[in-house]
Amino acid sequence: MNPALEFHSIAQSFTTQNATIQVLESIDLTVQEGEFVCLLGPSGCGKSTLLNAAAGFVTPTQGHVSFRGKQISDPSPERGMVFQEYALFPWMSVEDNVAFGLEARGESKDIIQPRVADLLAKLRLSEFAKRWPRDLSGGMRQRVAIARVLALDPPCLLMDEPFGALDALTRRSLQDELLQLWSELGKTVVFVTHSIEEAILLADRIVVMTHRPGKIKQDYQVHLPRPRNPADPAFNALKQELGQLVMAEQHAFENAERLSFTAD
Amino acid sequence: MLWLKKISRGLAAPVLLITIWQAVCQAGWVSPQALPSPYLVGLKWIEYLLPGQTYDPATQTWWVWLQSSELLRDASGSLWRVILGFMLGFVLALPLGLVMGANARLREFANPLIQVLRPIPPIAYIPLAILWFGLGNPPAIFLIALGAFFPVLMNTIAGVSQVDSIYLRAARNLGASHTRIFIKVILPAAMPFILSGVRIGIGTAFLVVIVAEMIAVNNGLGYRILEAREYFWTDKIIAGMLSIGLIGLAIDLAMDKLNRHLLRWHRGM
Repeated sequence: MNPALEFHSIAQSFTTQNATIQVLESIDLTVQEGEFVCLLGPSGCGKSTLLNAAAGFVTPTQGHVSFRGKQISDPSPERGMVFQEYALFPWMSVEDNVAFGLEARGESKDIIQPRVADLLAKLRLSEFAKRWPRDLSGGMRQRVAIARVLALDPPCLLMDEPFGALDALTRRSLQDELLQLWSELGKTVVFVTHSIEEAILLADRIVVMTHRPGKIKQDYQVHLPRPRNPADPAFNALKQELGQLVMAEQHAFENAERLSFTAD
Repeated sequence: MLWLKKISRGLAAPVLLITIWQAVCQAGWVSPQALPSPYLVGLKWIEYLLPGQTYDPATQTWWVWLQSSELLRDASGSLWRVILGFMLGFVLALPLGLVMGANARLREFANPLIQVLRPIPPIAYIPLAILWFGLGNPPAIFLIALGAFFPVLMNTIAGVSQVDSIYLRAARNLGASHTRIFIKVILPAAMPFILSGVRIGIGTAFLVVIVAEMIAVNNGLGYRILEAREYFWTDKIIAGMLSIGLIGLAIDLAMDKLNRHLLRWHRGM
């Protein structure tokens, strides 16, 4: 096995006006090349912060993240980020959005054009190449965002609740498309979600996190055969088991919310 | 026929006003010295607009002939000042606004100064402008540039500093350099703000040009209506004012077109 992303005793705290909040504590995690890992936990468990550290957007207060043995200090296209809010550039057409990274890398038009056309075809976006992002539905926008990241052929994808804002049906079809792309392209994926079902459907491995300060509560290998079926009894058994773990943290989160509310 | 309907609906209010105005004048309720009838104003406006000589291709080009129209000469004089003054203010405010918007420390440093200078109306600079530049076009251009400068500056700063950080993160993640991020991300993201600053700036420039012409210059629409007052030509004053209104409207429509083109990606457009 080849480690891709390695989190070495990560701790992260943020200082606000009147308090220091410990968001992450002693996280040690190794993601292997080609592995699909879901980070699962309630709101406020720091899973997105962990992903941001892997992207190089934030520097952990303690510890460090490395990718293929090199310490991460800055964002890089080798770890392509997909955001829940899509983060498409609204002033660029769909194809210009997808071409953005290639242009930044200084590729020539002869390289960019076929590559962009190819990706748009792969994500069933060809007929929308000249449209503005505002003309597209949420599902299509997220496909554009995925195409934009894939344009640079990153070995690793970081996905921050990418399907969180989509309706259930669109979500299902994007999950299938993502699995299809993943098996075809063999990329390492770190995927943040708070949906237990989504995690079981997608991941090789599910890392359950505790409520603040976020720690790793449990690290599951999912051995269910693919394609996975939510109606499968084994799927359901795992869902129940994970559900109990996550709900315990959800309650901790709700209690903390209540406490901080009364303390004010 | 939709446009016909639109135009007739748009004209309803002005036609109503002119009718009442004409009726009031015809009834003799106001002295023609104070408020001449719209008919008389219209006649004066045409006289003001028409070239002074008859067109003679043998002795002059049509361009020179057009120049003999007093209204066209005044209007082009005012417009030329607005454009020159606005461009000067814009060219100074835009880069400064971009730099200040992107640099929080510089913003903090310069903000108190700007907050003190900004509320001073450009018109309050007239005495200083005349002391520095004398009479004529230079003080007028200075005042107009000043009027355009602050709206463009303030809006550019707001636009740049309020760019959603998720765009910056996405761009950095895709490997864009600082320069590329500035040109391809920050500038277009700030464009709606910058353009509304431009719009306000042009409005202010147009306001200032009239005042500046009343004081420092001896042509242009502002000068002409003040001159007409000296001779009690009320009809000419009103004709000049209407010309100012029409030019202002034309500028605003042109700005709206530009806005729609540059912000065609924008949700609200």
